Amino acid sequence: MEESMVEAKPEPKQLPAAKQPQGLRRLFGQPLVRNIIVGVVALVLFYLLIGHLSQYRIYQLSQVGPYLIALVGLSVLTGQNGQISLGHGALMAIGAWTLTLMQLHTKSPLWLMLIASALVTMVFGALLGLVAARLRGPYLAGATLALALGLPDITTRYQSVFGGYQGLEVNQPNAPSFLGATATPTEWLAIIEMICVVVVMILFANLLRSRVGRKFRAVRDDEIATQVSGISVPRTQVLAFALSAAAAGLGGGLFALVSGNVSPGGYTVVLSISLLAAMVIGGSGTLAGAVWGSLIMVYVPGWATTLSQKLSLNQSVSANLALAIYGFLLVAIIMVAPVGVQGIVRLVIFKMRNLRKEPG
Amino acid sequence: MGESRSSLRRGFRVIAVLAAFSLVAAACGSSSSSSSSGGSSTSGSVANTASAPGITPTSILLGSHQPLTGPAAPGYSEIGPAIEAFFQYVNAHGGIYGRSVTFKYLDDGYNPANTVQVVRKLVLQDNVYAILGGLGTPTHTAVVDFLNQNKVPDIFVASGCNCWNEPKVHPYTYGWQPDYIIEGKVLGAYIKDHFAGMKVGVLYQNDDFGGGGLIGIKQMLPASQIVSAQPYDPTTLTNGLGTQVAALQAAGAQVVVLFTIPAATALALLSMAVLGYHPTTVSSSVSSDPTTLAGLVSNFSKGKVGASALNGLYTLNYLPMSSATSDPWMQLFLKIHSQYDSKEPVDGNMVYGMSMAYYFTLAMRAAGQNPTRQDLINAINSQGATWTGPGLAPLGYSATQHLGFMGSEVVQLNASGGATAVSPVYVTNVQGPVTTHASVEGPVPSWLQ
Repeated sequence: MEESMVEAKPEPKQLPAAKQPQGLRRLFGQPLVRNIIVGVVALVLFYLLIGHLSQYRIYQLSQVGPYLIALVGLSVLTGQNGQISLGHGALMAIGAWTLTLMQLHTKSPLWLMLIASALVTMVFGALLGLVAARLRGPYLAGATLALALGLPDITTRYQSVFGGYQGLEVNQPNAPSFLGATATPTEWLAIIEMICVVVVMILFANLLRSRVGRKFRAVRDDEIATQVSGISVPRTQVLAFALSAAAAGLGGGLFALVSGNVSPGGYTVVLSISLLAAMVIGGSGTLAGAVWGSLIMVYVPGWATTLSQKLSLNQSVSANLALAIYGFLLVAIIMVAPVGVQGIVRLVIFKMRNLRKEPG
Repeated sequence: MGESRSSLRRGFRVIAVLAAFSLVAAACGSSSSSSSSGGSSTSGSVANTASAPGITPTSILLGSHQPLTGPAAPGYSEIGPAIEAFFQYVNAHGGIYGRSVTFKYLDDGYNPANTVQVVRKLVLQDNVYAILGGLGTPTHTAVVDFLNQNKVPDIFVASGCNCWNEPKVHPYTYGWQPDYIIEGKVLGAYIKDHFAGMKVGVLYQNDDFGGGGLIGIKQMLPASQIVSAQPYDPTTLTNGLGTQVAALQAAGAQVVVLFTIPAATALALLSMAVLGYHPTTVSSSVSSDPTTLAGLVSNFSKGKVGASALNGLYTLNYLPMSSATSDPWMQLFLKIHSQYDSKEPVDGNMVYGMSMAYYFTLAMRAAGQNPTRQDLINAINSQGATWTGPGLAPLGYSATQHLGFMGSEVVQLNASGGATAVSPVYVTNVQGPVTTHASVEGPVPSWLQ
């Protein structure tokens, strides 16, 4: 199966008929093996890359990771399973506070805190999924929106636990000695994130290629036909929500680490809506689309600020410029390229390959 | 069949995406390398050098986070421009050791999540020498550890939280305005002297600002005199403060102490007017500026109520009142305002910003011709307590105390938006007793004329 149903291109013209790939080639043909190799290569490239970047660029880059992971979850939920969520910002908040509170009250190692962020959020996601499985379209959007609006207020209501408007401090882990004496916490965090990104991408890529992934898409494409085939629609939807929430929770935990602080102002409904917009702009339902989406989420606001400073725009305009750009991109993408940036990339690659194949 | 081929291709596609991702990052990275050109020396025997991050032979770069939008923007958005205007005036008068000061302040919308981002940008990308006047308790709390870990001077935080005065934990951070516990103690002392035996209610912001004020008040007044203490969250201000004010009224509070940001003060005063509740109101210096308050009151009441709502409000003051046009500092500030800051109103926020910039200029001059970051810290620790200027109370700086002004006077606002001093300067610190003093306001130095 393709990792996305959206991609359906006619081209299996010249197949090496009945010739099984052999040896190394065959091993590399195994999706899991191939993905792991790609992941490790990406990790090494990333490690070499951050050696050449300034601390600020690394910090900026390390903001991409949390969004990327949360977007993978959202993209699978919406693009692959057909459920919409306006509450993923709130799910990130659950992960963020889980990690922060564990750091504050226990002496857990980092990996345990990150796994806990994902698992705790997964439980919340499953509960939300139970509700979501009964709701469709705008009702589902409304229910998840309520979560995004309500959850940040809980942190100010129970201030002694969650830190209120001011939030809580998060200590950043010190770089381990094997990275060298000069490695900063920022660099170490960027590496931790890249590891998380690679692991999450491999897990989801394989999940989508498996039976579960096919069930997700079946539910998305035709609920009645799926039910008739003996697959439980609600159960599949709850599972999709839980897995999606786990990714959002891990993203939230990482985001808390990168920020060095959790406060409700960072997890408002604007975050949830930005995630949704970034997912659509990047390419809904595709893992690569999540990469584009997260890059947009991190870099567009920065460019918007620079732009408004150059044009010396009014403060109230420049504070909202990034959101306006999102809105514009969203409209443009939906009209021009419904599969988002990743759709455009695929189209370009496809065209170029066909050009090369043209004789003469 | 076609599976292995297409999956191979997909593998390349993922690599292509990751490569593109790296390229974007690398392209962004290449533009950020900072360069400093040495050379041009100024008059004097020793040449200016690029002695620290953010310092070149000809310039000093400072950064700050300010609420230019969001709940705290009304009034406070004027502070950044006022600081910048003062430095422009200093630059036009020879700069500091011939260096011109650039003050780069970024909007954080009074949202700690944004503060984290803009301060990292200022420190890691723009390479500022120091952060000056970062505004807000919840916002600055989110970056104070980061600044100290990176050994960036975090000078004169624009917030009265007592938490900036922790030289052992945060050796690079300095408070400036009287901290909220001191303000609470001064207000408590004034209530004790003038409203003895009256029932006191407190409306306070639910964070270190309001909480600190409450601690100070409780130190000075017997517990039985405080009949009610009502908190509010700045995020829920859109709901108004009717509930809290009604609770204070129900408790029979005759004196209401406000540890509130200007928008909340205006809302509280309007709620009192609506409920026909007329206690004596006493406010921290955070809401001491009549111009800002009158504008907010008028705005919230859609023009029905103006400065008259402020009549009789007692508040704290540790700098010249913006209406005191005979004060030599105010005359200087008005001159600077007309040259560099005329887009913003003349009010307490302007006085605050320019005064802070003045004390920073003193610190920078004391740090020497080619200062490192540590030189600035040493200068404030060793000389800070001796500096005088527009401030009415003495400064409390030393190696073991990073406290700014150690007190203030009480003033009463009138219906025309003016204010009169009704007490001498109360001076104290966090633990000590409250004493009264004459003002220590100093003359305008010749290098500013």
